[in-house]
Amino acid sequence: MWIYLAKRTSLAVVIVIIAISLLYSMILMVPGDPTAVILGPRSTPEMRDALRADMGLDRPAIVQVGSFILKVFQGDMGTDVFTNRPVSQIVFEQLPYTMILIFAGISWAIVLGIPLGCYSALNRNSFIDKLTGIFSVGTIAIPAFVIALYGLLLFAVQLQWLPAIGAGEEGDLVDQIKHLILPAFAIGLGWVGYLSRLVRASMLEVLGENHIRTARAFGLPEKLIVFRYALKLAILPTVALMGVGVGYLLSSSVFAEIVFARPGIGKLIYESVLTRNYPIIMGSVLITTIIFVLCTMMADIINAILDPRMRENL
Amino acid sequence: METTNTSTIRAKKSELYIFIARFARDPLGLFGLILVLLMVLSAIFATWIVPYDPIALDIMHRLEPPSMEHIMGTDQLGRDVFSRVIMGGRIALKVALISISVALSCGLLLGLIAGYGSVWVDRLMITFFDTIRSFPTIIFALAIVTLVGPSLNTIILVVIITTIPVYGRIVRAQAQSMKNNEFILAERAMGAGVPRILLVHMLPNIIGPLLIIASMDIPAVVTIEAGLSFLGVGIRPPTPSWGSILNDGYSFIRNTPWLIIAGGIPLILTTLGFTFLGESLRDIFDPKLSKDI
Repeated sequence: MWIYLAKRTSLAVVIVIIAISLLYSMILMVPGDPTAVILGPRSTPEMRDALRADMGLDRPAIVQVGSFILKVFQGDMGTDVFTNRPVSQIVFEQLPYTMILIFAGISWAIVLGIPLGCYSALNRNSFIDKLTGIFSVGTIAIPAFVIALYGLLLFAVQLQWLPAIGAGEEGDLVDQIKHLILPAFAIGLGWVGYLSRLVRASMLEVLGENHIRTARAFGLPEKLIVFRYALKLAILPTVALMGVGVGYLLSSSVFAEIVFARPGIGKLIYESVLTRNYPIIMGSVLITTIIFVLCTMMADIINAILDPRMRENL
Repeated sequence: METTNTSTIRAKKSELYIFIARFARDPLGLFGLILVLLMVLSAIFATWIVPYDPIALDIMHRLEPPSMEHIMGTDQLGRDVFSRVIMGGRIALKVALISISVALSCGLLLGLIAGYGSVWVDRLMITFFDTIRSFPTIIFALAIVTLVGPSLNTIILVVIITTIPVYGRIVRAQAQSMKNNEFILAERAMGAGVPRILLVHMLPNIIGPLLIIASMDIPAVVTIEAGLSFLGVGIRPPTPSWGSILNDGYSFIRNTPWLIIAGGIPLILTTLGFTFLGESLRDIFDPKLSKDI
């Protein structure tokens, strides 16, 4: 287990290092003056000179990338030239909003998706099972931002049941939750379908295994078999998927934040794209990528703890 | 001679017959097929279907609800939304076809090299693939857009970069499992070169399942195109795209619901159609596949 842990963490570190180098060298690959590319059309010659000195553009590319990686590991992701504040500070200010949104989205997907999958597996080919099947494929296919737009149109603009924009008043929990409902609904809906399908499939597989048959032969009550023995195994693929899921949710939260004008990483990136502020974008991409890498790593490790067979797959 | 000929023809026919019979028993798959056909045909014959020029302005009739003249209403510049929706389908399909075929070819090649090559090449490529996959797609796309500027080609580039690793990984796994099969070992013993083994012997065995997976990726690509265009960093106006119709609708959400409805429904129907069709094709051709994805 320790060997697996060491291998898995070093893989994550390597991926983060390559990701940083990729993001940095993308600037150098674009034709034209890199400082103009980074700062965009609004920049003044003084700003460009300052940045040129800061980045050390006269040095060889590999030295630049290397020193940038070192800086990032020290928590320094550069300075935003327009506000003169550290990029990391700006990104970390917005991060909690996005994390709350993702957490809310994935939570309601788990709460609804897993029981739905169990029910479908236990009542195979029943009407509800078939309906869940169609519903799952449907919700997985429909883009989250279309769901967000339709949700906004129906519940916020037409019916006016829920607020349309913002994250709610500071300190007013009820208001904040009200503002969270629609975006979380939009980014989580596809995952309800995804999880229920996944749990159904793995539940069916587990229920056919020998130890479940043994448990049945011992005359254990069905409820105990399903929730105590089968679910523990059937949940494994879901845990692995959760790690990847965070990556998808980070993407769809960009849309949810823009549609509902919520503060967060997505909105920050979007605004920086419009003003062509690459340092902020690079910082945000880095932070979200690191979060994503950490989540997949955690999912893999949890999987390896729960299922020793997984430890060999690396 | 003649008898063998007819028997092979009959065998082929019956296979096709089995396929159609199984497909016909799957109502969702049929529904998907109809949607996909509708979408593809309307994209091909778009120029004959559209009643108006999709970029012609008519400020006098702006933001109109659906009527006999404009069956999906008009947008904030008085353009006919139905014409824009039909032409938007063409853009969506174009992006999907170009980017998936390029990504598929590159992924196939890289995956074969990784799967068949030495351990070091494999390690290197897999780490590289995993790095690209660890960027959240849309956020990574926005970073590229900032650097290269928004355009149709940027969207295609983004999709290619982000999907090569997906195909690469699948191909690599297949190639690895096939590497020590007897027929490959036999070829090697006879002195066949690496290109011949990869292209003549491995490729045909891998391409089938890969094509099904690729066709199931069409909705994802259509979604990325529409999403980036919705954010205003994709297809440039005035070229119609479902995403930009949704963007217009979002800006005028308090004035009219019709733009959002008109931009979203084709997107939903297309993604649903390709997904239902892909699921049912996958179940028919290769039940094993449904497990790992």
